[in-house]
Amino acid sequence: MTTKLFGEPVRRREDARLIVGRGRYLDDIGAHALAAAFVRSPHAHARITDIDVEGALDVDGLVAIYTYEDLTGPMAEPLPVLIPHPQLHAPRTGYPLANGEVNHVGEPVVMVVATDRYVAEDAAERIVVRYEELPVVVGVDAARSGEHAVHEEIPDNVAARHHQETGDVEAALAASARTLSFTQYIERSACMPLEGKGVHARWDPADASLRVYSSTQASTSVRAAIAAKLELSLEDVEVIAPDVGGGFGVKIVHPWPEELLVPMAAIKLGQEVKWAEDRREHFIGSAHERQQRQEITVGFDDDGRITALDVHAWHDNGAYTPYGIIVPIVTATQLVGPYAIPVYRVVVESVYTNTVIVTPYRGAGRPQGCYAMERTMDRIADLLDLDRAEVRRRNLIQADQFPYDHHLTFQDGRPVIYDSGDYPGLLAKLEALVDWPGIEARRAEAASRGKLLGAGMAMYVEGTGPGPYEGGHVQVLGSGKVLVATGLTSQGQGHETSFAQIVASELGVPIEDVEVTTGDTRRFPYAVGTFASRAAVMSGNAIALAARGVREKALRIAAEVLEASPDDLEIEDGVIGVRGTPGASIPLRTVAVLSNPLRYAFDEAAKQATQFARGSDDSKPPVTPGDAPGLEHRDYYSPIRSTFASGAHAAVVEIDPATWEIDVVSYAVVHDCGNVVNPMIVEGQVHGGVAQGVAGALYERMAYDADGQLQNASFMDFLMPYASEIPDVVIDHQQTPSPLNPLGIKGAGEAGVIPGTAAIASAIEDATGRRIAAMPISPTELYDVMRSPDHERTAAAGRRAGVGA
Amino acid sequence: MTSVDTERSITVTVNGVPREATLPVRRLLSDALRHDLGLTGTHVGCEHGVCGACTVLVDGQPMRSCLVLAVQVDGASVTTVEGLARDDHQGGQVLHPVQETFRECHALQCGFCTPGFLVTIAAGLEARDKAAEITEEEVDEIVGGNLCRCTGYANIKKAVRHAAAAMRPTGADHTGHFGGGDGAW
Amino acid sequence: MKPAPFRYADPGSLDEALDVLVAEGAGAKVLAGGQSLIPLLSMRLAAPATLVDINRVPDLDTVEATGDGVRVGALVRHVGLLHDAAAARVQPLLARATANVAHPAIRNRGTTVGSIAHADPSGEMTAVLALTGGSVTVATPSGRSTVGWRDLFVGPLETSVHGPAIVVDAFFPALPPRSGTAFAEISRRKGDYAVCGAGVVVTLSENGTVSAVRASYLSVGLVPEVYDLTDAVNGQAADSADWAAAGELARTLVDPDGDLHASADYRRLLVGVLTERTLAEAAAEAVLRSAA
Repeated sequence: MTTKLFGEPVRRREDARLIVGRGRYLDDIGAHALAAAFVRSPHAHARITDIDVEGALDVDGLVAIYTYEDLTGPMAEPLPVLIPHPQLHAPRTGYPLANGEVNHVGEPVVMVVATDRYVAEDAAERIVVRYEELPVVVGVDAARSGEHAVHEEIPDNVAARHHQETGDVEAALAASARTLSFTQYIERSACMPLEGKGVHARWDPADASLRVYSSTQASTSVRAAIAAKLELSLEDVEVIAPDVGGGFGVKIVHPWPEELLVPMAAIKLGQEVKWAEDRREHFIGSAHERQQRQEITVGFDDDGRITALDVHAWHDNGAYTPYGIIVPIVTATQLVGPYAIPVYRVVVESVYTNTVIVTPYRGAGRPQGCYAMERTMDRIADLLDLDRAEVRRRNLIQADQFPYDHHLTFQDGRPVIYDSGDYPGLLAKLEALVDWPGIEARRAEAASRGKLLGAGMAMYVEGTGPGPYEGGHVQVLGSGKVLVATGLTSQGQGHETSFAQIVASELGVPIEDVEVTTGDTRRFPYAVGTFASRAAVMSGNAIALAARGVREKALRIAAEVLEASPDDLEIEDGVIGVRGTPGASIPLRTVAVLSNPLRYAFDEAAKQATQFARGSDDSKPPVTPGDAPGLEHRDYYSPIRSTFASGAHAAVVEIDPATWEIDVVSYAVVHDCGNVVNPMIVEGQVHGGVAQGVAGALYERMAYDADGQLQNASFMDFLMPYASEIPDVVIDHQQTPSPLNPLGIKGAGEAGVIPGTAAIASAIEDATGRRIAAMPISPTELYDVMRSPDHERTAAAGRRAGVGA
Repeated sequence: MTSVDTERSITVTVNGVPREATLPVRRLLSDALRHDLGLTGTHVGCEHGVCGACTVLVDGQPMRSCLVLAVQVDGASVTTVEGLARDDHQGGQVLHPVQETFRECHALQCGFCTPGFLVTIAAGLEARDKAAEITEEEVDEIVGGNLCRCTGYANIKKAVRHAAAAMRPTGADHTGHFGGGDGAW
Repeated sequence: MKPAPFRYADPGSLDEALDVLVAEGAGAKVLAGGQSLIPLLSMRLAAPATLVDINRVPDLDTVEATGDGVRVGALVRHVGLLHDAAAARVQPLLARATANVAHPAIRNRGTTVGSIAHADPSGEMTAVLALTGGSVTVATPSGRSTVGWRDLFVGPLETSVHGPAIVVDAFFPALPPRSGTAFAEISRRKGDYAVCGAGVVVTLSENGTVSAVRASYLSVGLVPEVYDLTDAVNGQAADSADWAAAGELARTLVDPDGDLHASADYRRLLVGVLTERTLAEAAAEAVLRSAA
């Protein structure tokens, strides 16, 4: 059994329980808990004039009803703005339960607690809330017009004006040989994990402590929020993320109102209370992302080299800004992608609308930025009659230009300095993988079958693994078991496996001996959370450092016992031996026992360890100053700045010119996330991301009507793809290790989703010869594009006889 | 005279074990399995019959347990993900081939949709001619009614192909044995 | 998303079922497969006082295929009709349409008759009942009656069957001689309700020319309708008829609505395309069947 597992496609250990139905998700906990349900606003914008609970009171099984009037202390204050920013000049957040006004359909107004969810819904249905409706703002264009205000005291609806520039863009544009300007849109979608959110809370009155399970991406921060809002001491609150049925960003937001209200009710009632979000609630009561209007002006020379880029975007942040302006900042800073842009200016105005809040969804502003940049490349190529790959190649940052400083400030407040990469390498691999030069032949072949074929590509650079820190704790027990804990959470990324691989490799132990716990504040109280493709980078490195600390201590103890230099020792299969001296060895588990001078012989391990015990030196204390009993180590990884992963995607579509159905027939991915811990898991992340990319390009959107009603708040009408809609994906890898962290890794979680919209828009444009400037696009919309006499045609269409004519 | 009730006592054979429960008649089968019988392996993803996470076998046929009332399965046999593996008569369990291949092929990530896929696929693979090589059309049909948000489906389809291969009868024996196992799945 | 409280009965005979319906009054609703009804209950868009579950009523689970047509009992699941070879021989549209109903897990539970009684203009079997000129048998305490498709469908999700009544079967007349059928739909995701669907029947004269063309569409209009497209291709040779002209005629006849997934104009486009495609396929089948 090899212990060098880093980089191997090790099968996932978490699967053992999940494939037999023994996972433990939120709603699997607390079989006898009371159930919470919510009365949510049916209006997008209204004043609450009355709440009449009378009709609910005689519902058999009703336990409690809470409205805003029942909230006290910090609970009666607005929810926190998690990430303040100087440019977020008008932040607004809601209350745990609406305080007199509602700003989107789905905002919680009343919480009902009853013996089960059926009864809770019965009671909720009987509560009458009277509203005075107010004008509704839906969509970025309505918001920026300022005709109506979401929040009365913010008449222009602008929450933030995020602005960065790297030089005098006006002058650079004026000096450019050519310029072009255009406007484009991208719509909302949502994370839509198969498991909704959920909270279970249990109050122990005997020792005044609270245990909360939450389907969250940030259990340590949920803990802190609950303690602060419910005025509890931090040590009296423990929060555990159990098995979580997908996150994709929506579960990083905290505290959700329910994460505060359910514990509040559990304390007040002295009983377990649980809330498991249903699908309709998830549509209207969680978060969405992605709607932007982008106005882009680019200057370039006759060879297609960009000289200046000026982007003004309007970002729909929904009703409130609890997550600050992370998404606009990410769009602004990641937009430049793998390209050298001499002068860049970006302004993103984040505007309020009477819709569900907007917080990160896998990619978190990157898909929009990629869409802006890559469609700009396509337009330059079209104007100059250049191959789209060639225009990109001419603008790429070269492999010898790293570290490359964009002179921008990233979401973590640190400079956007690319650590490493090989973007020309990515592009070359992509062209080979999708046979880019062969596209014209495929186009002709498709035409012979009556189909319009087109290809598109998109490249991206993704800041991954932002700080400030994560920690890891590694402990070797006398049994030989190696306990590993980190505070960040897991939602299916296989952390138990990847982190076990890292520890097995660093420590030289069989992976079977390693047990990993994530997201449990009892085991590791300091953490930031799982988002921004940061788990492997942050916790992976922290755990590696912790394992190295354990190794160092183990070797020190073993060296004394074996009377050797630590430098001559090695650990293999859990046994420390003297290199080149067979027989001179001691099991790691025995060292674990020796590491604690208190050795009651409770078990065989302790008994066996006595043979190695040294005579005590009466001149020294049993525990050396600076040392500690036990074979364990806690360490933190705090990066100087983010690492930057990269990739390139190509999509080939076939369109039926009779029905305008769009079929993605090929999808190619070249991916670079530095050193890879587990290639099987990384490929899985890419597959899943691509599916969400295709979904966002062709199937999913949030269809709000002018009254702010979400028209497609079900899986019937929100078209999350089945297998039948997702193309086969071919993947090639490139590895440019990050010089910034001990393991040389970069994040991989979000990558797959980023270029989907850009690449597919490009492919449809290539197939049809019509400018595609609003995504996603459905067949009925493509039909409208094709039959509109004044819809813009591409220059390429004019050059290519017979297409789109 | 037919009784008209708000509550019923039912007997259901779940994973081979007769179970009794007294339930409000409106209880969905999904909730009855999870909350009344404690079989939380079956998950609820949409409660309107689209996602397939709650799929169980009712008398061997895959059905959405959120679209069946618990009282309607009185007297029936229900198989959930907890019942896919077989007893090995030595105190352990033998996983169904598709459970094995899901792990082998990395066909699950968060695992929430997985139980619905597993029972659907297991039934689909049982119903087909096991001796024939599985076609892409069959694979698409078997997995086509379940939503997964994590995997992009590629590895799920791969796991179906591998499981079908594992379930092919060995040699001249066409009784449905797989991989040297001791019985038909 | 949990159903509101209701009362429940699962009578063991048709008479008992009707008795319960009478006793429970206007708030009672019949439950068969439940694949459309139960989601409505869980979303609390429907809240009947009593559900009368007919799944234990005997003799309603049979498919009878005779020379006249196919009679499908109220408890026949979609999957049963899909795999009924005798029914497919008598009326090939049945299996063709049923294959497009949702996904297998839904077809295992949902019933053909239930989907007709649900009267969703997006449903496959409503269109097929109309296209074949079918009818349903309605049992009431005062006896049985036959209701033709045109009288049955009153509006979206609304039929003329009211009060204590149970649709006990649906009858689909046999495909006429020298005829062929085809069925196709376009949906955003495979298995979804169709954005537009078409079922067609082409009948040839004895000399092999087209003599009758009828079509019915899914998700077009408030109730199923049958369109006679014969005029566009009457008397033309089956292998070279101007099916595009028939598609064009269909486009002018239909009056679809727009919704989230398709504009009215796009639906009209699809009516034309699907008509042209399915008619060619149906005509080819008619030729084969004429020869047989």
